Amino acid sequence: MSRGGLRTPLARARGLGSAKEGVSHWWRQRLSGIALVPLGIWFVLALIPRVGADHEVIIAWMASPWVALMLVLLVVVLLYHAQLGLQVVIEDYVHTELTKLALLIATKFLAVVLGLAGVLAVLRVAL
Amino acid sequence: MFAQGRVDNTEAVRHDFVFQGPLMSTPDRPLSPHLQIYRPQLTSVLSITHRATGVFLSFGAVALVYWLVAVAGGEESYLRMQAVLASFPGRLLLFAWTFSFFYHLCNGIRHLCWDAGLGFELSVVYVTGWAVVVVAATLTIATWVAAVAL
Repeated sequence: MSRGGLRTPLARARGLGSAKEGVSHWWRQRLSGIALVPLGIWFVLALIPRVGADHEVIIAWMASPWVALMLVLLVVVLLYHAQLGLQVVIEDYVHTELTKLALLIATKFLAVVLGLAGVLAVLRVAL
Repeated sequence: MFAQGRVDNTEAVRHDFVFQGPLMSTPDRPLSPHLQIYRPQLTSVLSITHRATGVFLSFGAVALVYWLVAVAGGEESYLRMQAVLASFPGRLLLFAWTFSFFYHLCNGIRHLCWDAGLGFELSVVYVTGWAVVVVAATLTIATWVAAVAL
């Protein structure tokens, strides 16, 4: 069967683009951004009365299931949002193909490593 | 400082530039003006600041993970982290992260409104733009006052 078969050009183009992912990146950036609005505000409000608190105070706070849940969500969504944003910045400003690829790979790998480290840290305290 | 609702950058276009390279077949073609000859406008400054704060906040995410790991690591690592954050460079970074957070948050909400098709009139764009700056600065100061007081 020839390329595209019986599908119309519109059907093949719909939802895709030159990057072959359509609006997926854009949409994920918005979704994670929306999620970070309450998560970020919660985190700043939670930190304000705990600046310089003793270690056991922070531990007791972090051990609460709701706090642990919010912290895990914050770390995961924040790093997800950050690597999406950094990807666009790198793609826009780095034009040497090898450097660009290296930076993109480093960004994605670092996001996974940091995200897992943050989640493990919260779980170690909470569980 | 910022020209509201008015773009008069055209007179700054360099007309004397003549392309002499071999790649363009029509060197007399007028060139699109480059970024550096535009007078900075509130809209463009806020736009690039959104990116800059986003990149800077990515480093804040590293600090957040360091904070969580230090807490989980026990009292000794927690106290070491506290000392790092309480140092002058540490406080400076925290203050910059606080402003970047509130700026990126407010301007992010502004972007989400645009995505919903709201607030595209130029006058509204300027009002929301200044609102982002004022609200972000106010929330930054309020956060630090509260953190010191509580």
